[in-house]
Amino acid sequence: MSALGVAGGVLQAVVIVGGAPLLLGLMRQVRARLEGRAGPGVGQPWRDLRKLVRKQSISPRGTTEVFRVAPVLLVAMTLVVAVVAPLVTTASAVPPVADLFVVVALLAHATVVIALAGLDSGTAFGGMGASREVTVLALVEPTALVAIFALSVPTGSTSLPTIVGTALDDPQRLISPASLLAAVALAAVIVAETGRLPVDNPSTHLELTMIHEAMVLEYAGPDLALVELGSAMRLSVYLGLFTSLFVPWGIATTATPLALALGVVALVVKVGVVGAGLAALEVFLAKLRLFRVPELLAGSFLLALLAVTTAYVLG
Amino acid sequence: MNAVGWGLVSAVVVALAATVAALAVPRRHRPAVTGVGVVAAGLLGTVAGVVATTGTTWSVARPDLLPLIGLELDVDSLSGVFLAVGGVVAIAAGTYAIGAARHGLDGPGVQAALPAFVASLLLVPAAGSVGTLLYCWELMALTSLVLVVAEHRERPAVASAGLWYAVMTHAGFVAIMVGLLVAAGAAGDGSFAAIRAAASGLSPAAASPAFLACLAGFGSKAGMVPLHPWLPRAHPEAPSHVSALMSAAMVNLGVYGIVRVGVDLLGGGPSWWWVTVLVLGAVSAVYGILQAAVGSDLKRLLGYSTTENMGLVLVGVGACGMFAAAGSRALAGLALTAALLHVMTHAAFKTVLFLSAGSVLHATGTRDLDALGGLRSRMPVTTAAFGVGALAASALPPGAAFVSEWLLLQALIHGLPAPGVVPAVVLPLGVAAIALTAGLAVATFVKAFGIGFLGRPRGAGAAAAAESGPAALTAMVLAGLACVAAAVCPTLVLPTLAEVAGGVVHAVPAVSGTVAIELVGVSGVLSPVLLVVTLIAAAAAVVGALRLLARRRDRRRARLWDCGAGPLSARMEYTATSFAEPLQRVFDDVLAPEQDVDVSHHEESRYLVAAVSYRRELPDRVERRLYTPLLDAATAWGRAGRGLATGSVHRYLGYGFVTLCGLLAWLVVTR
Repeated sequence: MSALGVAGGVLQAVVIVGGAPLLLGLMRQVRARLEGRAGPGVGQPWRDLRKLVRKQSISPRGTTEVFRVAPVLLVAMTLVVAVVAPLVTTASAVPPVADLFVVVALLAHATVVIALAGLDSGTAFGGMGASREVTVLALVEPTALVAIFALSVPTGSTSLPTIVGTALDDPQRLISPASLLAAVALAAVIVAETGRLPVDNPSTHLELTMIHEAMVLEYAGPDLALVELGSAMRLSVYLGLFTSLFVPWGIATTATPLALALGVVALVVKVGVVGAGLAALEVFLAKLRLFRVPELLAGSFLLALLAVTTAYVLG
Repeated sequence: MNAVGWGLVSAVVVALAATVAALAVPRRHRPAVTGVGVVAAGLLGTVAGVVATTGTTWSVARPDLLPLIGLELDVDSLSGVFLAVGGVVAIAAGTYAIGAARHGLDGPGVQAALPAFVASLLLVPAAGSVGTLLYCWELMALTSLVLVVAEHRERPAVASAGLWYAVMTHAGFVAIMVGLLVAAGAAGDGSFAAIRAAASGLSPAAASPAFLACLAGFGSKAGMVPLHPWLPRAHPEAPSHVSALMSAAMVNLGVYGIVRVGVDLLGGGPSWWWVTVLVLGAVSAVYGILQAAVGSDLKRLLGYSTTENMGLVLVGVGACGMFAAAGSRALAGLALTAALLHVMTHAAFKTVLFLSAGSVLHATGTRDLDALGGLRSRMPVTTAAFGVGALAASALPPGAAFVSEWLLLQALIHGLPAPGVVPAVVLPLGVAAIALTAGLAVATFVKAFGIGFLGRPRGAGAAAAAESGPAALTAMVLAGLACVAAAVCPTLVLPTLAEVAGGVVHAVPAVSGTVAIELVGVSGVLSPVLLVVTLIAAAAAVVGALRLLARRRDRRRARLWDCGAGPLSARMEYTATSFAEPLQRVFDDVLAPEQDVDVSHHEESRYLVAAVSYRRELPDRVERRLYTPLLDAATAWGRAGRGLATGSVHRYLGYGFVTLCGLLAWLVVTR
């Protein structure tokens, strides 16, 4: 556990928790502007969270601890990833946990927890959302793991700090075919896992087309605030990981205040740009039919497998 | 005789004494006597196994004990691992069995078979010669068969499952016998030491058939596709503590056999043996979990999950053999360590899952997930136990299987730079198979836990469920604690396992570390305990922050909103079948489900529907394609032979006469 790692862990937790709703606000604002609306402003998700936290918690009858604990676990698991992954600094606060497999599996676990909460409510929509989310998850996991495999073959390690450090030392590796293919595959993973278009429509109001929102329909008040915050943090963490893996420049390698400040600014700018770009792209996309989604994911799985093969043949 | 010897011998003696006692004591006390006997035997076996893993060996040869073949036992550290796993499972299953009287299982035959089965489970890994191994293997098959058909009066499916099991286990026995006899014939002696010594002189033309025969025999015991159809039939139909013993302890011995014969006795062999093992393992893993993901029978689902997990173990074993054949001993050790750890974690979570499934089956009278649900308030301990097991089985951190699968993936990742085209093709596909398995395992266990235990009851049985008795609860808690321990501190056993694996493949231990799992020779580090600590700290921080920020701390109970719809009924809930429907659609081409929709109309008008009947079946496709033709052919053969046997004694005498004459004529011609 190094000073750099600890500083990074603290900064990352603050930046991700504070910035995640802002990123969501930014993406909604970009989308609103491109659609010709004024938009509620970047700070709206924070205002929503403040409103929700002030309300009373509600336990629907017939639900169990699973329903009550799930929002806390969702935020906690995402927070762990935000702390241990190298986003602001190349070192990790808890190096033995900063493994790419651990990080991706933890984020998947957060999804599972919410899916169980959806089933726990015992409503038709809860079950439907859980079923769809888990189906998507089951198909996304293979892509994620194989893409990780492709990224870790050249470095010989699945440790995130090592992968990011190697990429910084040898930037040419980032434009290798293997890395590019893995980047495309991981992008598909992120879109599916964070419930963005074309897999899921985060702003839908029609229950029948929902995936993520259908599971959390029963939440209200502070619990809902946690679910919303957790979802926003997931998006930021995924985008942060993506930028750290494929555009690592600006990340702090020393524990000086200047380097750390630069690292924070770089993270915010990179994630902001990628997020805004994603939102802009979404304007031109329609949601895929649920049973077309597996085709998209199978395609990204193939890309990931191709990435591994090229990593072997060319690396 | 050292501690290993004392432990093993006393375990077997206690188990056999319990068998005798089960026949002697009155019905009322029978389950308690056998249960206590099994627990004691399990404890002693665990002690023997744990001592053996530290490097203490023990061997004995008593030619007078078994007729014709003699008894030879030879316990080394590899045997120790499987002894210890079998012992621990037996402790939990024995505890559960004490309460099995409540399930109507107190007949003398069934009760006597249970301790004998446990004794055979402990003896198989300790066998030191071909004869002893085959003898104990057959004892294990017969006793488990008696236990599988224990409830044949209640359900007709039990008899069919028993038949499948009996035939397949004996076909496997013949395969193992042929394979081992080829090896023993070349060595000139049946003891393992002699075979090991003669392995280097064995020609590939003899070694490869021997290995393949053993792979088929042992693989069928481990539920390897395509030799698996008995497993998802027999494991669910057995009483649940027997299912636990079979699924968590007996299948491991298939893996033990492959490692013992392939790596140890035959000395590794060529690379293609192990590529075969790896590919079969990967296919088993994906096929097993796919069937589990779309199934809705709780125990059958767990049976298919056993096929999956044994497939993962075989991927590790295959990778180990492949690396060893390529000369990278350190990686071979790592892969075998991962396989052994997965055997251990699988035993832990499969025990708790089968025991809690048994508790559910007993309380609700059904194992159909579509009729379960809402068990959290009615059966809190069972629900918690199943939840712990499901977390462990779904390979998500911080679960038990995550650690072993992480190790397995590390071995495969570091193996890729190995030279040759075969690893370049096989290893990525292996990783892809593990990845697909991981995703589907999550779906399977979310379904099993979320549909089976959460929500509200979907059937009358689930609505009237009550918690099981103290013996069953104790057993589940014990097994659940083992799961938690395997998830949080696998480092307690990993260095020992690494040493055992290193001993088998002649390499230095591949894993070290007390707080974190540190790979030796390659880079890689993971700390499950730190992960748990970080998670708890993060959860505490979230709860603390929420307490600070929230204005109103009291919770209000309210009715479910459900989008403003009217009161919910259980029929509006998602069922296991509907939950898995999207996955089933995605894998339509692989699973080939059969469905019929029959619409009957009123006589007055064909525009009025009288009734709609919908039937859907998910047949095991391997079984349908491979075994149905085989069984049909056997039936046709038998029918053709029926014409020969008319019941007339004269005719039979005539057959004898003709055969004798033919034989004599043949002798005259050939001599």
